[in-house]
Amino acid sequence: MNVAIIDYGSGNLHSAAKAFERAAADNAVAAKIAVVSDADDLRKADRIVLPGVGAFRDCRDGLEAVAGMREALEQEIIRRGKPFLGICVGMQLMAERGLEHGEAQGLGWIAGDVVAIEPRDKSYKIPHMGWNTLEALKRHTLLEGIPTGTEGRHAYFVHSFHLRAGNRDDVIAETDHGGAVTAMVGRDNLVGVQFHPEKSQALGLALIANFLRWMP
Amino acid sequence: MLKVRIIPCLDVKDGRVVKGVNFVDLRDAGDPVEAAKAYDAAGADELCFLDITASHENRAIIFDVVSRTAEACFMPLTVGGGVREIGDIRKLLLAGADKVSINTAAVLDRAFVGRAAEKFGSQCIVVAIDAKSVAPGRWEIFTHGGRRPTGIDAVEFAREVVALGAGEILLTSMDRDGTGQGFDVALTRAIADAVTVPVIASGGVGTLDHLVEGVRDGGAAAVLAASIFHFGTYTIGEAKRHMASHALPMRMN
Repeated sequence: MNVAIIDYGSGNLHSAAKAFERAAADNAVAAKIAVVSDADDLRKADRIVLPGVGAFRDCRDGLEAVAGMREALEQEIIRRGKPFLGICVGMQLMAERGLEHGEAQGLGWIAGDVVAIEPRDKSYKIPHMGWNTLEALKRHTLLEGIPTGTEGRHAYFVHSFHLRAGNRDDVIAETDHGGAVTAMVGRDNLVGVQFHPEKSQALGLALIANFLRWMP
Repeated sequence: MLKVRIIPCLDVKDGRVVKGVNFVDLRDAGDPVEAAKAYDAAGADELCFLDITASHENRAIIFDVVSRTAEACFMPLTVGGGVREIGDIRKLLLAGADKVSINTAAVLDRAFVGRAAEKFGSQCIVVAIDAKSVAPGRWEIFTHGGRRPTGIDAVEFAREVVALGAGEILLTSMDRDGTGQGFDVALTRAIADAVTVPVIASGGVGTLDHLVEGVRDGGAAAVLAASIFHFGTYTIGEAKRHMASHALPMRMN
């Protein structure tokens, strides 16, 4: 199985690739992990991961700047149904619009906008930075075997904006930071996580392993 | 609920941990990567490397250290020390650092913080503030390990760098650093109340109660300590259990 992690100039992907390699090895999944920056290489992949750090618009522009990448993503993921995992801003890009530093169009795969987190009072610091638990709203293969709820495992978050889904059914998990914050969205062969599985120790490696075995 | 973070900080010089790390069965206590792996396994919430390499020709060693750490540890890593230019930040992020801390360069040129945040995003820009008490309720920024005063008010400076895009403040009391007498709680509280971003309290931790005070009384979102962990006085687990027993939200698994 070939897994492509898309490199579009949004930060270091070496540690993300290492986390996928570790998850595959620990779970005896035969997977070749490749960091790709070319639309043709993306087409060879069986599973596709879109990371992203920084601002929504910068990431969107970075993705658009790679010749043919946007079209390849639409074809492989939406039309051919390959399993897709968006991470952090890569998850936010799945939305219709981002509202960070003005309005910017997203990929439009998940109905909704990316908006500022607005906690109920000032004691909740922004960015939402650190370890938090997940509240699962529904069952999902990627959360299999991962304890959720207030006594569950923790995921590492660092973000100031989150995806406010237009369709509540697309929200798989939330976390709490002075109010509900979207932690995980998805439908069909698409899933996106606001937190960083590649930085989330046990929970992260388990979620990545689940993604590698997922048959949507 | 977001948990309070415990962050062990390793001073790294010429690619080696200064003074070493005296716990568990490290094959090489001076290897930052070995120490990082041990803290990863011990449940540290983040790691911090402070590069104190003086000689210019050895400045590049830290990139290799960061890169090897990021390959072995799937946890967040902040790296600081000697960050002067946008290119330094880029190299550290590309090596695998999640956050980069800026100290003197921010004092010399506040706009540098703005340029860095614009380029890489606020989430990875930490501003490290070294402050000393100069009058009751007033703290001044000092550079050069606390030897050189700048005349800049620490609370005002914190507000400014956050407005420019700093995503986190690493606050060290130069009065307390290395004393083991506890954080400067009043300083921590003054900064935490002045900014919207998380504040990491640093400098002076000698007991586990000090960690509690930094969060409960100082309003810090995270606590950074070096010697109490490196010398094996307390484990990360003991620190977490102690803080949890004082009703602070900790990540225990």
